[in-house]
Amino acid sequence: MRILSLAGRRLAASIPTLFLILIGVFLLLQLAPGDTVDALMAQMGGGDAATAQQLRKLYGLDLSVPAQLGNYLWHLVRLDLGFSSIYGKPVATVILERLPPTILLMTASLSFAFFFGLVFGVIASRGVNRWPDTLISTLGLIFYATPSFWFGLMAIVVFSVYLQWLPPGGFEDIGTVQTGIWRVLDIAAHLVLPTLTLGLIFLAIYLRIMRASMLEVLNLDFVRTARAKGLDETHVITRHVLRNALLPMVTLIGLQAGTMLGGSVVVESVFSLPGLGRLAYESVVQRDLNTLLGIVFVSALLVIAVNFVVDLLYARLDPRIAAEG
Amino acid sequence: MDLSRLEINRRTALLTSAAIAANVLNPMRAFAQETPRKGGVFNVHYGAEQRQLNPSIQASTGVYIIGGKIQENLVDLDAQGQPVGVLAESWEATPDGKTVTFKLRKGITWHDGKPFTSEDVAFTAMNMWKKILNYGSTLQLFLTAVDTPDPQTAIFRYERPMPLNLLLRALPDLGYVSAKHLYESGDIRQNPTNLAPVGTGPFKFVKYERGQYIIADRNPDYWRPNAPYLDRIVWKVITDRAAAAAQMEAGELHYSPFSGLTISDMARLGKDKRFIVSTKGNEGNARTNTIEFNFRRKELADIRVRRAIAHAINVPFFIENFLGDFAKLGTGPIPSTSTDFYPGPNTPQYPYDKAKAVALLDEAGFKASGGNRFALKLLPAPWGEDISLWSTFIQQSLGEVGIQVDIVRNDGGGFLKQVYDDHAFDLATGWHQYRNDPAVSTTVWYRSGQPKGAPWTNQWGWEDKTVDATIDNAATEVDPVKRKALYADFVKEVNTELPVWMPIEQIFVTVITAKARNHSNTPRWGSASWHDLWLSA
Repeated sequence: MRILSLAGRRLAASIPTLFLILIGVFLLLQLAPGDTVDALMAQMGGGDAATAQQLRKLYGLDLSVPAQLGNYLWHLVRLDLGFSSIYGKPVATVILERLPPTILLMTASLSFAFFFGLVFGVIASRGVNRWPDTLISTLGLIFYATPSFWFGLMAIVVFSVYLQWLPPGGFEDIGTVQTGIWRVLDIAAHLVLPTLTLGLIFLAIYLRIMRASMLEVLNLDFVRTARAKGLDETHVITRHVLRNALLPMVTLIGLQAGTMLGGSVVVESVFSLPGLGRLAYESVVQRDLNTLLGIVFVSALLVIAVNFVVDLLYARLDPRIAAEG
Repeated sequence: MDLSRLEINRRTALLTSAAIAANVLNPMRAFAQETPRKGGVFNVHYGAEQRQLNPSIQASTGVYIIGGKIQENLVDLDAQGQPVGVLAESWEATPDGKTVTFKLRKGITWHDGKPFTSEDVAFTAMNMWKKILNYGSTLQLFLTAVDTPDPQTAIFRYERPMPLNLLLRALPDLGYVSAKHLYESGDIRQNPTNLAPVGTGPFKFVKYERGQYIIADRNPDYWRPNAPYLDRIVWKVITDRAAAAAQMEAGELHYSPFSGLTISDMARLGKDKRFIVSTKGNEGNARTNTIEFNFRRKELADIRVRRAIAHAINVPFFIENFLGDFAKLGTGPIPSTSTDFYPGPNTPQYPYDKAKAVALLDEAGFKASGGNRFALKLLPAPWGEDISLWSTFIQQSLGEVGIQVDIVRNDGGGFLKQVYDDHAFDLATGWHQYRNDPAVSTTVWYRSGQPKGAPWTNQWGWEDKTVDATIDNAATEVDPVKRKALYADFVKEVNTELPVWMPIEQIFVTVITAKARNHSNTPRWGSASWHDLWLSA
């Protein structure tokens, strides 16, 4: 019950922010020259002025900007995200179709980054300033500094073109219809390279944070106490240090869940995945305002949800936080 | 001039030339001894998803590449670029040019089993080509009715003479037929059939996963005997050009149409025996690079300045170093690939002559003060990397004669809005698409009276009564010989006045697997039905 009321309070507090973001994006896109009909003409390679006028009326673009914004917000209040002009279907449907690949990719690469960031961070902190630390830190820096599209393309060249171990792109194999476990395995195979590409950059950040956090906690008094009690090193690390060092990592997950949604445009394009990032990019180029606002809305909701879960995790890791909340 | 960039591009271009040269003979290789093999899946690179797939309401290569296999046109072009019947078996026009009668093929059915009749043609012509289809609405402006005395006859009635050779060259692109029974109720644009097309073509639509792929399967009831050979076509949506090249190499794609890969990747794959890289099969999709002048700027309204700008740019140098064999020197709005209308190179031309450019600018009274005469805003279209390179080349060339150029980049919608609606440009550069007859999409670049906001039309603030008269006369001239002569006059006139300069000709580049047979065998092959395409083992 307390969780529910907390969730309710959180959501209520985010509603004004949400509206401000949506209005901001709406107005920003008004600054871009051209509307969705211009974009359609660009795509078609021509069209006469009369047709353009008909289409503007069809999409409700003949109204003034405040009227369009008012219309949009009025629909939104009734939980109607509107109609997508490029897809010709309700925005909610379009986004729902694109959500599974995005969430799958996001969860997979975040988990990958979190897990290996944690492991490597601990190893690095245990051997601080010795060769394991130097090696891990150098690798982390390389991963962090490399542009993800290059990583992705090189991964395709190595693993798909030369070694032919993994598919070079797409979400699943189109040639054969698969069901059940085979389909799951097929999708997993398609997601290996994108997950690694997206995850490696985040891995670098996680391992740096984990290393720093471990080093800090290792110097605290209670660790000395634990050692003085005669606990062996493994116990000290896993039971005492790790749990306390995890807090900054959890904070980071909350922050990065949002970044990952937007940041995957590049990875989705390189691996031809039908995700939200590409959809957002396409909606900007095609000036499909409804779809773009819908994505912003859904992303914002996702970020709020993730942050809520993160807050709950805090409480679990450090009971003092819950007592104050 | 930025030399490092030039070097790289020069190298790329040279490699490209070598690659193309090596492949010129490849598509011609005789496979006479091979018997066509049935079966196989053909995977096609689909770079930019469209909002719908019906070619009866949208004339663009992005629609033909899919819709053109599912739906069919009345006529298409044969290997020599001459009209050949598809759904129409024969045609004739009355001497006054106001009536054109098409005899339709018998025994053709739609993919849903309903018979194809002249009713479908009449419905499509009056409701789609005339009202919705881009360029179709202009072509069919004076179409008043389509009579259907029997299911195999469609009689097109025009208010003004319609030259038969214009109609037959326009119909391959602007003559796709849709089924009346699927479109007669409701708004045609919103019809769900547009995303699940039903046609008479060799392939039947199966599935469209937005953002991923489109599948079409062999139509077992296709009217051409023994066709098609392929079992299935899969179009894979891949927006990243470099990733598409990698998929070609991994064997996941067989064909990347319409210059879908980067210039350097096309050059690289051209040296690979597994692929054929060629401009063959795209002759019907010629385009020219443009320089569009805004006459609202007093400097550009002066013809000496426009000519000086044309003289100041070393086009052959640009082509040789940046585009290689993918392009050639252009001579105006009608490209040399247009055998029916090309007037030859003996129209007013503006070869590179820096001294002359400087003299013309001085004569026009725009003296250089501190190295600069005046500044211009150049808007490049975002359609291809050649335009981007070309705009930088214009900037640097004009800088050398004292004209400062500021480049303002936009995406597609923004470019069209700023150039053709807001007129917020001094110079613009993009592509002019030539569609087999100048009346389809070329003369609108020059004819005055274009409504504001219509893209790729005369929005320059320029009007010339003589040119207008030539364009109007040619559009209704029924005699092909006189028509060709009128278009030669047209090119002379516009090359003299120079409201738009079109100094580069390009044809799209095809990258296709060497296993493909019967490919690139018509001038608009990427858009064609692929009924005879097959894959060798």
